[in-house]
This record gives sequence, C-alpha cells and structure tokens, in this order.
Amino acid sequence: MASLKEIRKRISSVKSTRQITSAMKMVAAARLRKAQDKIVKLRPYASKMHELLIGISVRIEESEREQAYSRSSGDEKVLLIVVTSNKGLCGSFNMNVIKESLRIIDEKYYDRYRNGTLKIMTIGKKAFDFFSKRDFLIYEDHSSLFDDLTFDNCSALADKIMDAFLEGEFDRVEFIYNRFRNAANQDLTYENFLPVETDGEKDDIQTEDYIYEPSKEEIIFELIPKTLKIQFYRTVLDSYVAEHGARMTAMHKATDNATELIRDLNLEYHKARQASITNQILEVVNGAKALSGQ
Amino acid sequence: MKIEIITPEKKVYEGDIRSLKVPGKKGAFQVLKDHAAIVSTLIEGTVTVTDMNHRDSEFEIRGGVVEVRHNTIILLADSVT
Repeated sequence: MASLKEIRKRISSVKSTRQITSAMKMVAAARLRKAQDKIVKLRPYASKMHELLIGISVRIEESEREQAYSRSSGDEKVLLIVVTSNKGLCGSFNMNVIKESLRIIDEKYYDRYRNGTLKIMTIGKKAFDFFSKRDFLIYEDHSSLFDDLTFDNCSALADKIMDAFLEGEFDRVEFIYNRFRNAANQDLTYENFLPVETDGEKDDIQTEDYIYEPSKEEIIFELIPKTLKIQFYRTVLDSYVAEHGARMTAMHKATDNATELIRDLNLEYHKARQASITNQILEVVNGAKALSGQ
Repeated sequence: MKIEIITPEKKVYEGDIRSLKVPGKKGAFQVLKDHAAIVSTLIEGTVTVTDMNHRDSEFEIRGGVVEVRHNTIILLADSVT
C-alpha cells in the first residue's frame, strides 16, 4: 500500500486537475452560448434568402436556371474541405472528422488520391497537423479563420473557392464537418458545396407578381453566390458550435472522473491511516507486554 | 411601412418608416407607402431610412437585395457599417 504522504500528494494533484477541467467546462459553456447566438442571428437572413431564391427560380425557365456554379467541366479534380478545431481536449470530435475523411478518400476518391487530383483544404489545426504529416496534397490551410469568425472573413474565403471552381481548378468541392445537434452530440456531416445541385423544390410560397430589377436571371446570378457564402459560413459556424459543445461534455466527464478518483483515493487514504494507527497501537501494546514480562 | 434590415450577423434596423432610399442595381430608387411588390438587388452605397418622426438613418451597405411586398420591406445586406 502506498504511503500516506504519497496518497495525500495524489489527492491534491487530482484536485487541482479537477479544478482546471471544471474551469475549462465553464469557459466552453460560455463560448458555446455565444456561438449559438451567432447561428440564431444568421437564421432570419438565411431563411429569407432561401425563400427569395425559390420564389424566383420557380418563375424562370429550367434552362436558364443552369448557371456557372451548377456546371462542372469534369469530375476529376476534387477539393475536400475538412473542418476540425484548433485546440484539442474535446473528446473524439476531431478524430471523428479525420476518420470519416479517410474513409471517404478510401472508398470514393482513392484513384484521384493516387493521381494527385484530390486536394484537401483544412480549417482547423488538428486536421492540418494530421494531413500535412501524411502523404496528402494540402490545397490551403485556413485554421486562422477561427480566430476571428465573422461572415466577412468566411465570405472572402468562400469567394476564393468559388473563383477556383469557376476557373476549373476544381470540379467538385465537398465539406466534412461536425454539425451541432446538442451539447453532447454532434452529427458527422458530409456535404456537397459545389457544383450547386438544383433541387426540385417547387413549393410555391407566394403567387404574387413582383417587379424584378434588374431581371430575374440577373438577380438569381447574384443570389446564388450569396447563398453559397451563407452555406459556407453556416458550416464553419456549426462546426465551431459543435466543438464547444464537445469540449464542454468532455470536460464535464473529466470533472466527474476526477471527483470519483478523489473519492477512491480518500478511501484508500483513510484505510492506510487506520492501518498505520493499528500498527502503532500494536507496537505500543507489544512493547508494554515485553516490558511487563521482564 | 414596416422594415427589417438584416445582415448575416445581426438585425440592424427594425421599425415603422415613412420612406426608404436604396441603391438599386439599375439605379437608386425610393420606396414609399403602397409601393408595388418588387425584388431588386442592391449595389454598394447608402441606404436611407426615414422614420415616422422624419428622422433619417443612414446605412452604408456593400451590396444586398431588397424585397417589398404589402408595405413590408425586407432588406438583406451583405454588411453594414
């Protein structure tokens, strides 16, 4: 059995660990609230934009709906955007995304990976660290996006990707990220970004006739990049929220584990203390006996 | 008329107004009560809102789109300064 002093030392070290993890949990909870707030604020804009887009696209000809962002010259050059976090200590959050990316590369894009036509864009240091150490082509790393997560920064980056797509640098752009469900659960999501898939959504929201300025077609040309930017922003934001949720849960579990460990150690400490007292008493009794026996 | 000015990051303005001036792609125009239903994209410029007390508020936008219908205006701006 460990000595009393050793156990005392362990208890105090576990206690300070618990203090740290519970503080980190609190920080993550505060950040989670803030980030969730951002998503809530984005919602009215995103839903109105979607409504407008559908309202217009039901009014124009199918052929005209086809536009630059929904065409791709081939199917060869693929860009995977892998979104993780910059920091660890959030459970299996990052590893889930990385594993899923590897699975998709293995199953779907193995040829392209061998031919060098698969590139990876990393958002988040954890993904960058993983993929840059291995034999993957990194297109760009944008981990610093999380330092200042604003719509402007995201839309600048989305612009860049959209330009690269239009210039034919990529035929297909896809996202892999964690989508926030609740603080304890993230949904691993594999999502298409470009080319735009014109879904057959045809629910007539308004039957009203609008004046369109400059014209329906021109408006739709302008709205589609905007919705793409929103999708990009929402994706990164979603991952950011999920990260803090995951960290909060991980730190909560760590705090619980530390508490349990402290309880066990305390028990062990008292057992050891009692044992040593019993020993001492035995020694005294035996000593007295030995003396009286003389 | 009721108006909402929304960016992806926040709601910039909400309330009853008398008039709205926006930099439309085909030229600036003004929206007054009972304006016909319109959807227009906007270019970089100044949005001027006149409220019920004849007070003007100005917003610089980088671009956006405005929808007017039944005296309800929704202006989606890319960013507002």
